[in-house]
Amino acid sequence: MESLNLTLKIWRQKNTNDKGNFVTYKVNNISTHASFLEMLDILNEDLIHKGQDPVAFAHDCREGICGSCGCMINGRAHGPESGTATCQLHMRKFKEGETITIEPWRAKAFPVLKDLVVDRGAFDRILQKGGYISVNTGAAQDANQILVGKIVADEAFTGAECIGCGACVAACPNASAMLFVGAKVSQLALLPQGAPERASRVENMVMQMDDEGFGNCTNIGACSAECPKEIGQHHIARLNREYHIAKLTSAEEGAVG
Amino acid sequence: MLDSKIPKGDIKDKWANHCFDVKLVNPANKRKFDIIVVGTGLAGAAAAASLAELGYNVKAFCFHDSARRAHSVAAQGGVNAAKNYKNEADSVRRLFYDTIKGGDFRAREANVHRLAEVSVNIIDQAVAQGVPFAREYGGLLDNRSFGGAQVSRTFYARGQTGQQLLYGAVSALNRQVGLGKVKLYTRHDMLDVVMIDGQARGIVTRDMVSGEITSHSGHAVVLATGGYGNVFYLSTNAKASNATAIWRAHKKGAFFGNPCFTQIHPTCIPASGDYQSKLTLMSESLRNDGRVWVPLKADDKRSPETIPENERDYFLERKYPAFGNLVPRDIAARNIKEVCDEGRGVGPNKQASYLDFAESIKRLGEDTVRARYGNLFEMYEKITGENPYKTPMRIYPAVHYTMGGLWVDYNLMTTIPGLYATGEANFSDHGANRLGASALMQGLADGYFVVPVTIGNYLATLGFNKIDENHPAFKEAVDKVKENTKLLIGINGKQTPDEIHRKLGKIMWDNVGMARNKEGLEKAIAEIKKLKEEFWSDVKVMGTNEEVNEQLEKANRVADFIELGQLMAEDALARNESCGGHFRTEYQTEEGEAQRDDENFMYVSAWEYKGDGAPETLHKEALEFEYVKPSQRSYK
Repeated sequence: MESLNLTLKIWRQKNTNDKGNFVTYKVNNISTHASFLEMLDILNEDLIHKGQDPVAFAHDCREGICGSCGCMINGRAHGPESGTATCQLHMRKFKEGETITIEPWRAKAFPVLKDLVVDRGAFDRILQKGGYISVNTGAAQDANQILVGKIVADEAFTGAECIGCGACVAACPNASAMLFVGAKVSQLALLPQGAPERASRVENMVMQMDDEGFGNCTNIGACSAECPKEIGQHHIARLNREYHIAKLTSAEEGAVG
Repeated sequence: MLDSKIPKGDIKDKWANHCFDVKLVNPANKRKFDIIVVGTGLAGAAAAASLAELGYNVKAFCFHDSARRAHSVAAQGGVNAAKNYKNEADSVRRLFYDTIKGGDFRAREANVHRLAEVSVNIIDQAVAQGVPFAREYGGLLDNRSFGGAQVSRTFYARGQTGQQLLYGAVSALNRQVGLGKVKLYTRHDMLDVVMIDGQARGIVTRDMVSGEITSHSGHAVVLATGGYGNVFYLSTNAKASNATAIWRAHKKGAFFGNPCFTQIHPTCIPASGDYQSKLTLMSESLRNDGRVWVPLKADDKRSPETIPENERDYFLERKYPAFGNLVPRDIAARNIKEVCDEGRGVGPNKQASYLDFAESIKRLGEDTVRARYGNLFEMYEKITGENPYKTPMRIYPAVHYTMGGLWVDYNLMTTIPGLYATGEANFSDHGANRLGASALMQGLADGYFVVPVTIGNYLATLGFNKIDENHPAFKEAVDKVKENTKLLIGINGKQTPDEIHRKLGKIMWDNVGMARNKEGLEKAIAEIKKLKEEFWSDVKVMGTNEEVNEQLEKANRVADFIELGQLMAEDALARNESCGGHFRTEYQTEEGEAQRDDENFMYVSAWEYKGDGAPETLHKEALEFEYVKPSQRSYK
């Protein structure tokens, strides 16, 4: 089993109001089979034994699906491997003696809470404005009464896959959340169940997105390139289209569906 | 004797009768009640949303930064429902039967039948919410098979079914948050239940950003906080999945049901080193097309591709021809352990079996296999650095799910009036072994369809009086949590919470894992008692309460895992039989299968807390099987 000796430059910030700074650490004999977060676990255990404050980082499932984890690793959201959340990144992707720079997501709408942990509450506030279909429990018809062609269902799934990690925002020079919003708008706009609220949904979600301080999309494409679920930029195109249609029709939504 | 409050009548009518018999709260009166829901996984999000839709005021809590991150999100394979869309003679009765048998006759019939009944509504509800299940070209829903069933009744969304169902439930929750009917508290750790006059009246939480410890009042409390597999340190659970909410409720008087019933999932990626922080599941659905084998000879060092067919042992197909690779999880796990114990395991430390797709790739083509399991294969490659399209996966069993949990009656109420437990947090539906794709079904059944009905029955008897947060019970509970926090930080010993947690995990895995016996369990109990002392004298919690402090969070959880671990061992020791995932080596058939003792152990064990260090009292709920006759489970 191979192992690595590494230098880590990690962003340390006590709380939201602290200015923060980089601190350099060394870690030795890290197995190439260890995950990136296991490497940070090893660092933290070592720091605690030295009586130093461990590095705070967000994580939970460590299977790339909960969307908790995420940091900038050598300037890239979730690190060097494409289609991979930080927790699924393994140390075999790094070289002996390498210096790794680790920073939190940087965006006005994601304030740092501590070290590498940021507040992504803005995403939920956007979803609370319309990222749903209004159906109460018990009011559903038989599932096979709603026909959805496989191609449409699969395309809706590609938007629904978003894990809400925030890498798209962190990767974007404009700190735009349009890939995140586009993925949800797209999923629900494609499905027949989402049709009745199609126009008001996109209008309300975009309004909240702007209020949260996210920037606009200027077609750079970093969001899709860094997305651990490889969600395509065409969802942003669909978001734009939905928004424009909504602006023309939403006042009549109740009447025409 | 415990009263499970099972309604009278034929099993087919019990739930319908009960829905008619429960007391109702008038729609205009529902807004006078506050309900606390802890946890926002499938069971919690579904309950919080559904209760708010009915008109109750809901306060929902989760320790994540977002409701969407609850560990239900990681469920891969699917959700069962008795839709019979495949014309395979499936029915509510058959799903009921399979679940009772799969649970090795240690689940409550009435609950399981209700689960099978509402399973069909779950699929309808999810589709209406926009959950993108897999579909066929004609636009209809697709199904696949799962273990322990001979029909294809599992609905799925690639290998991300839990994620999609959770996002559906959370979208319903988000809608109610937007409408102001749910107040959502994220990054809040529940640390105690507040009791007044024997009833649950609120909870104590710690704000995980500011450290503020405070109380919240409600007319009823629903715990949907998941299972306790992390007692073993290494499991497929998320790192922060914990038992603190249910354990502290247990210490306030809620009985704990069947704590020793743990599910060890047969197909997980083996551990690679001491730094291992968790284990990753490879979905049971893979056993639809993957074949489990080890070399016939022990110590065979050849690479798998070079071992000829006649020198391989497809041991599940050999021993269980009727179900083949799709035998239930407990049986598959035990057989994998057995071949490894014989020295026929593969991989660097010989603790693994192959899960081989070569034949399926030949039969179906790589593209079809990719379409079915692509994301799982990718995950496997990221973790191991090996390509499973070219070389067989290596898999080994790992702790995955806990069938045990807080004891609840038919209404899902614990032995504390006003305190409910739903989803994996309760013990109710899976007996001694859960079938694949049934956890999602149960979480959503409890949350969408059961608790919203049964909670009204309790509230209707309560009266509208607001709960007074100035009552001394609230202050007392808050002070106690503050005191405990100070105590933990003040120990300032030498071992980190993780180091002690790993020690606990090793004791549990070695003695309370896949094979248990009297001697090992007694040893485990003694070791855990010692570890508890070690924890309270030598744990080192860095930092303060008034900041983001993961070490403090962990210390709280490990303290509870240690106590719960001991109860699991006590329960396993008291159950002198084998059933489902509980395998006592002293009790097996000639063929090495679990040997139940229905005469003496056909009951749910429900443990009552009796104070720190005191032995717990065992209560029993006798199980009656009127509709499925208990038999030796056979999958041959």
